[in-house]
Amino acid sequence: MSATSARPHASQPSDSAFILKKALISAAVALVLFSLMIGIRTEAGPEGNLIYWTRFGDLAAIVATVFGGSIIVELLRQWWGPVDKERIVPKPVQSAMSFAGRWLAPALLGFTVLVPVIFYDQRYILDLSILVLTYVMLGWGLNVVVGLAGLLDLGYVAFYAVGAYSYALLATNFDLSFWVCLPLAGILAALWGVMLGFPVLRLRGDYLAIVTLAFGEIIRLVIINWQSLTGGPNGVSGIPRPTVFGIPLDNSDDGLAAKLGIEFSPTHRLVFLFYLILAMALITNWVTIRLRRLPIGRAWEALREDEVACRALGINTTTTKLTAFATGAMFGGFAGAFFATRQGFISPESFTFQESALVLAIVVLGGMGSQLGVALAALAMIGGFELFRGFDQYRMLVFGIAMVLLMIWRPRGLIGHRAPTVFLERNQAISSDLVKEGHG
Amino acid sequence: MSNDNILSVDHLMMRFGGIVAVNDLSFAAERRKITALIGPNGAGKTTVFNCITGFYRPSGGAIRLAHDDGRVVKLERLNDFRISRQAKVARTFQNIRLFPGMTALENLMVAQHNVLMRASGLTFLGLIGAPSWRSAEERAIELARTWLARVGLLPRADDAAGNLPYGDQRRLEIARAMCTEPALLCLDEPAAGLNARESGALNELLLSIRGEHGTSILLIEHDMSVVMEISDHVVVMDYGVKIAEGTPQAVRDDPKVIAAYLGADEEEAIAVMESTP
Repeated sequence: MSATSARPHASQPSDSAFILKKALISAAVALVLFSLMIGIRTEAGPEGNLIYWTRFGDLAAIVATVFGGSIIVELLRQWWGPVDKERIVPKPVQSAMSFAGRWLAPALLGFTVLVPVIFYDQRYILDLSILVLTYVMLGWGLNVVVGLAGLLDLGYVAFYAVGAYSYALLATNFDLSFWVCLPLAGILAALWGVMLGFPVLRLRGDYLAIVTLAFGEIIRLVIINWQSLTGGPNGVSGIPRPTVFGIPLDNSDDGLAAKLGIEFSPTHRLVFLFYLILAMALITNWVTIRLRRLPIGRAWEALREDEVACRALGINTTTTKLTAFATGAMFGGFAGAFFATRQGFISPESFTFQESALVLAIVVLGGMGSQLGVALAALAMIGGFELFRGFDQYRMLVFGIAMVLLMIWRPRGLIGHRAPTVFLERNQAISSDLVKEGHG
Repeated sequence: MSNDNILSVDHLMMRFGGIVAVNDLSFAAERRKITALIGPNGAGKTTVFNCITGFYRPSGGAIRLAHDDGRVVKLERLNDFRISRQAKVARTFQNIRLFPGMTALENLMVAQHNVLMRASGLTFLGLIGAPSWRSAEERAIELARTWLARVGLLPRADDAAGNLPYGDQRRLEIARAMCTEPALLCLDEPAAGLNARESGALNELLLSIRGEHGTSILLIEHDMSVVMEISDHVVVMDYGVKIAEGTPQAVRDDPKVIAAYLGADEEEAIAVMESTP
């Protein structure tokens, strides 16, 4: 990369020679790699003998694609310039971008509030936006642990599961209402957050990631195997639907529709769920923003920056880490309780490692520590996933390519810079180059 | 020696497996004085620092810190963050350890964590924005502003610490340590990498910390211009043991010290020492 960035961007003979050389090497590698994989096809013949035939046409096509693709990628790179270079952006574009940056969050929020009004008849979009908001909330919750405290947590789904099962079991066994169970689910999840926190206090980086990953799996396996309590793989069904503070959202005479004197429609419940998760997500956001400006939030970020310095300043790193785990887990638990009431049925299937990876990807893509970035990434990941549904089997491929491209161009996530929590004169963002990712 | 010692180290021993890094070291630091700990590379100075500031647990010996009010803290029993929180010992690091992604002001706010944590009612009062929390935060910002002004970094308060020049980072780290309002300030090579003008400014800063705040200072330093100019008492270490102590002048003329620094050839050593300021 540095070899190309030193050259001027206008195409020059040395430049095109370099591109050609690189493309030729790529093509040669592809030729070696695919000559046996694609060039020759073997199969067991009718009498068990090995028959083979050649497919040199396909091989040539692949090699040509790699050759051409390599040239295009190089040209794109030169056009884009080095990744870490400050690009000189024209003044009007700059002011337009800062304007957009300032109004993006309020505009997005305004649009989100209006989604049920605009798409009232489109159940699919309502369902999808509820799903996106659930992931926004999960992302904001995990952001406390990963983005602020810099503790890589690969088992976040465990707390989501604890929250969901807490609500499901409390509601089905003890007939407690959603509004009583919600704080309980959060508290229980936070408790499990602390329980996870204790053994991993001394671990850093990769080791921390492995242990949290295992923790997520342990919770799932316990749920599967503790049949008498959780119903095992059959899950818990008949979870009560949420009520508007005691008024059910159904077709009965006591239902909200009847009380308001309007015609009942199943969409009412969807709209209610939408605003419920929106409110929960916004509370998560508000609390996180607030916490960042309190000593505990600053200690989390300081911990991410330099743990040894924290200890020298008299910060109890043990409790600081545990509160980060507990806070993140609590939000995960809230989201889990919401998930259970929305689905009406939960099973261990919903709490696999894939969920943890997805939420972590949202946080990393969004830019660790950035609230807006996480919301945008959740929209892009979950919404984008649905958008590519038409591509069928290529959807994962497209998705993977999109993520690789994003990581090339924005290695620190969509919004990588950090906003200071307190300032004297100027509230200026801190470049992502200086902000540490944390070592666990 | 006077009895008013803030820090007394008695028969300190630190072993790492078979290696004895500090062997039976005893010295004392007087209250409201600057004590320098010097010695050639590998003499065990930083190990002593790590024992005093709780990063290592000594293999043997005692470290006592006597506060102004007569309270005596056994530092060898405390560890980790408690040294700073309870014993009021602050330290800086040989290789600067600021929070590079946070602003200079934020760095100083983090240093006041324990005071602010109490004021914010363990976060709960702060979360609802209680007036008592707000006034505490304003006081904290005021203290940070004072120290930023003292180290000449007020105009750069809102810049990321990682963006500051090296000399500024050194001074910011001292300001951050002072924001914990320590009784004893331990500085590990504060002048390393500073030019002559910057180390002159550092001398003034350290003298004013001692003079105006009455904070005792213990420092490790290689820069003799700093050691000779500001320290009241110098302790010289080599191979984990104390080889000399006394006033800067006395230490400077001690042949054992010269030999330790520059090898056995004392003639040559004296010549070099006299040529340095």
